[in-house]
Amino acid sequence: MNNYRGILEKIDAYRWRLNQNYTACMHVPGIIYASERMLAHINEDNVLNQVANVACLPGITGYSLAMPDVHWGYGFPIGGVAAMSRDDGVISPGGVGFDINCGVRLLTTSLDSADLQPKIRALIDELYVSIPSGLGASGKINLKSREIDRVLEDGSRWAIEQGLGRPEDLACTEESGYFSEACAGNVSLHAKERGAGQLGTLGSGNHFVEVAAVDEIYAPDIARVMGIERAGQVVVWIHTGSRGLGHQVADDYIKIMLQATAKYGITIPDRQLACCPINSPEGKDYLAAMRSAANYAWANRQVITHWVRESFEKTLGTSAGSLGLDLVWDVAHNIARLETHEWQNKKVCLCVHRKGATRSFPAGHPDLPDRYGSVGQPVLIPGDMGRYSFIMVGTHKAMTESFGSTCHGAGRIKSRIAAKTTIDGQDFAASLARRGIIVRAGSISGIAEEASGAYKDISEVIEVAASAGLSDKVARTRPLGVIKG
Amino acid sequence: MATGYRLIEHTADIGLIARGENLGEAYANAARGMFSIITDLRKVRLRQSVTLSISEQNLDMLLFEWLNRLLFYFDTRGIILRDFEVDLAGHSRLTALCRGEIYDPDRHIIKTGIKAATFHQLSVRADTGTVRVIFDV
Repeated sequence: MNNYRGILEKIDAYRWRLNQNYTACMHVPGIIYASERMLAHINEDNVLNQVANVACLPGITGYSLAMPDVHWGYGFPIGGVAAMSRDDGVISPGGVGFDINCGVRLLTTSLDSADLQPKIRALIDELYVSIPSGLGASGKINLKSREIDRVLEDGSRWAIEQGLGRPEDLACTEESGYFSEACAGNVSLHAKERGAGQLGTLGSGNHFVEVAAVDEIYAPDIARVMGIERAGQVVVWIHTGSRGLGHQVADDYIKIMLQATAKYGITIPDRQLACCPINSPEGKDYLAAMRSAANYAWANRQVITHWVRESFEKTLGTSAGSLGLDLVWDVAHNIARLETHEWQNKKVCLCVHRKGATRSFPAGHPDLPDRYGSVGQPVLIPGDMGRYSFIMVGTHKAMTESFGSTCHGAGRIKSRIAAKTTIDGQDFAASLARRGIIVRAGSISGIAEEASGAYKDISEVIEVAASAGLSDKVARTRPLGVIKG
Repeated sequence: MATGYRLIEHTADIGLIARGENLGEAYANAARGMFSIITDLRKVRLRQSVTLSISEQNLDMLLFEWLNRLLFYFDTRGIILRDFEVDLAGHSRLTALCRGEIYDPDRHIIKTGIKAATFHQLSVRADTGTVRVIFDV
């Protein structure tokens, strides 16, 4: 097959080109990373129109990219990557999303799953109590106005200073856990009010803390650098973002951007793509506010990390230090960042929007800490709670292909309504229990929405990402227990 | 659809179309639909009220801000709302009396969290009293 229904042109087994003439306003073509089997769903899902819409944004460089887990979003597709020229490109809050710096971190432990088995239920119960989740959850921390400004400007550093983490956690977090060019003054009082009581909370939807066991190791040398030593080793995944604070920042700035879009004479095919020049006052204000919300998200995951460590200590009666619980890495998968890339043999500064996509920097990249300088950046891809999650590593090919980006998860195939009407949350929880996976969630219907059947098989997504060279497989984990909102 | 709301499917998210005898009623039904996604409204009693006044440039922005402002109250005060009287003055101003109660995890069923109302496919049709919105969940 040289093309897909006359719409997509086949480049190779995992790359499909959406030509620039697909819609009149496209400045660049689209590239979809997918297997032939995945295309039918992608085509049904309105994704191609969204990839084309993003290609219409001013200053987009190279391609409008869709990662292998792409699905229909609001405005940008989820799994979309767009690199905008810093000099004449735009920044779009819709290209970051409402959950600014939604992301994932991974901790390793010295435990084996067999050792944990007798205590897993108690551990999951303890995690469920110590980490507030679900709707309206307010945390154990209530930030006063000056304190929230410090969180917004210092991110994970704030948490470490409060004793909520280890200093070495910072080096294993993208941007060392904070954007230095954040500005709390660019964040509205409404946003701060939403954030004041929610630091250290998971939220609902697909956010979770998962205790898992290493299931398979594909690249032992690289895995060892990450602290992943053997099959059966217990690890912990944490997936959450900037909570109501980030949502409010996005709300506030989308309205500002709609006016700016008109002011700067930019035509957009979908208002959720509202944008303005990166270098305009509105663009700079958004970037500073987005960075502040990103810092809040890093602090949020850092505080939760601390409570995960405390929960292990309490349940197992052993110090967190002796259990390991070392941070492997923390990735942001809803974010826009100024990065240097090589494009057409020149070094260029680009504002790379990753909306449901993970950075995938290779060995030797100057932004990596010493620990990962020789192997590349850990790429953390959580799957659904019934199957697997994957640890991958950044590649040189990602730098030339996708502005250093890869997939971020399994990608939904069933709408939440369809999932709820076709999947019984209680049955799914029972089937997980039969397989020894313990789930604590605030909502049975929430479990149905997030059940395995609602997602693509992550293995297929990972195969495409690996085969296309966007990231390389390092290890796979399987869930032992999950807490969800 | 008579007056009221119906939910619409979207792969990652969820949306609704709401209709009323007039636009104010459509905005009220959209709010009720939004909270029906979050929780079972039959369990929500009318014990607290919130009055709101919002000014925006046009009807679309007013709908976006209206729904997101209600989510703000839910986030910051924990109030679930299910009864709304909405008055629209022209195309730029909305006042509303909203009633409901404080979220009680022992009595209220959690369904789906909503992060925000989005502008994606958002529409307001004054002639038919119909609005449409997609949420980020």
